[in-house]
Amino acid sequence: MIPPSSKPALAGKARLRFDHATGGYLLLYPERGLALNPTAASILKLCDGERTVDAIVAELQKDYAERPAPELRQDVLEFLEEMARRGLLQVPG
Amino acid sequence: MSAAPRPYTLVAELTYACPLHCAYCSNPVDFARRHDRLDTGDWRRVLRQAEQLGVVQVNFTGGEPLLRPDLESLVEEARALDLYSNLITSGIPLERGRLERLRRLGLDNVQVSIQDSRPVESDRIAGCEAFGQKLRVARWVKELGFPLTVNTVLHRENLDRIGEVIELAEELRADRLELANAQYLGWALLNRASLLPEAAQLERARSIAVAARQRLQGRMEVVFVVPDYHVEFPPACMDGWGRRFVVVSPEGLLLPCLLAHTLPGLSFGNVRESSVQDLWTTSPGLVAFRGEGWMPEPCRSCERRTVDFGGCRCQAFHLTGNAAATDPACSLSRDHASIEAARAEAAQPRLVEFRYRTARADGASAR
Repeated sequence: MIPPSSKPALAGKARLRFDHATGGYLLLYPERGLALNPTAASILKLCDGERTVDAIVAELQKDYAERPAPELRQDVLEFLEEMARRGLLQVPG
Repeated sequence: MSAAPRPYTLVAELTYACPLHCAYCSNPVDFARRHDRLDTGDWRRVLRQAEQLGVVQVNFTGGEPLLRPDLESLVEEARALDLYSNLITSGIPLERGRLERLRRLGLDNVQVSIQDSRPVESDRIAGCEAFGQKLRVARWVKELGFPLTVNTVLHRENLDRIGEVIELAEELRADRLELANAQYLGWALLNRASLLPEAAQLERARSIAVAARQRLQGRMEVVFVVPDYHVEFPPACMDGWGRRFVVVSPEGLLLPCLLAHTLPGLSFGNVRESSVQDLWTTSPGLVAFRGEGWMPEPCRSCERRTVDFGGCRCQAFHLTGNAAATDPACSLSRDHASIEAARAEAAQPRLVEFRYRTARADGASAR
């Protein structure tokens, strides 16, 4: 489980890249890449090692005002955990 | 002909020259006759044109890419284009200062090949003294803040030490470990009798790799690549011919894979004469096996044709004499008996000498 006070950051091997061809974002890492949907991209852009999970959720809430807060938080946590499992996210603490 | 798909990765083979002599080298057997013909400006143009075509990653490889004094300039160009850049290297020759410079210029990832977990065995495969330097380079990579990929090619001589290879990669704090069984083309095909494992040995190694993958999840990505000879269906070679990977050889040929230019009857254009985009879309060699139109039976009506794309064209040619045949590695191929025979032979005890990668056309033996 990722604690709400932790400050996730992209793993050193992973880099976000804007994709001219699709107008979306790709997450690139050795020999691989993931095409991100807009929500995934906005979450990862906020994973800067400075913001806590709480702060990331609060920030996203502005853009996803129609989503109930607990639901949004749950989605964000699940996504971050999946990224950490893949070794694409560092979650210190 | 359907529209050309978007390639994501450029494999930039900067030179075929290499200080190592690995008996399973993926370069063509006649590499010594193929010279570096692209200068710095050519390669920088290739990077730009590939990016325009949709490429987002570049692998600087060879041979040994460190032998190119203009590697720095190419890394710089890749970074300016926001390409994710990988250096695929033996670690020789390299000093810490140069690696530091490459880091500053924006190189993203370094992949170091390690031939075995032990010095003597590793150097025996490399055909020169290299193990100590490789470990030094791997440590520098991490000290300088790069992600580290360790690549070990597996075969019958080192498969039983796969546990030690994994330990070594952990000790080096690798982010990714590629445990890649040799694929039996080019040099490795020449050395198949000394390299191909039997099924039981492969299976033991595979289960160790699978356990490590689970144990190390989130810390180190463990990739285990099975040799085509031991599967029921072939893997999607290069993710399909002319589909996701664009390879440029040291001579400047634009290819769908590392050995396509060794297939007779196919012509590939040169990036010195045409743009990457033109060659990718219209080069006869690229078009020849792209999509499904070329497929014979049983591929043509097979459900897996969009999964494995008919397997490996080079393997088909080397084992059947026909590059357009179904990959004999497939259990449905009418030529599958050649694979079964090689597997049966691998189960027999024997001692065979390596033919090391050398510039001599006949190869040189040593043991």
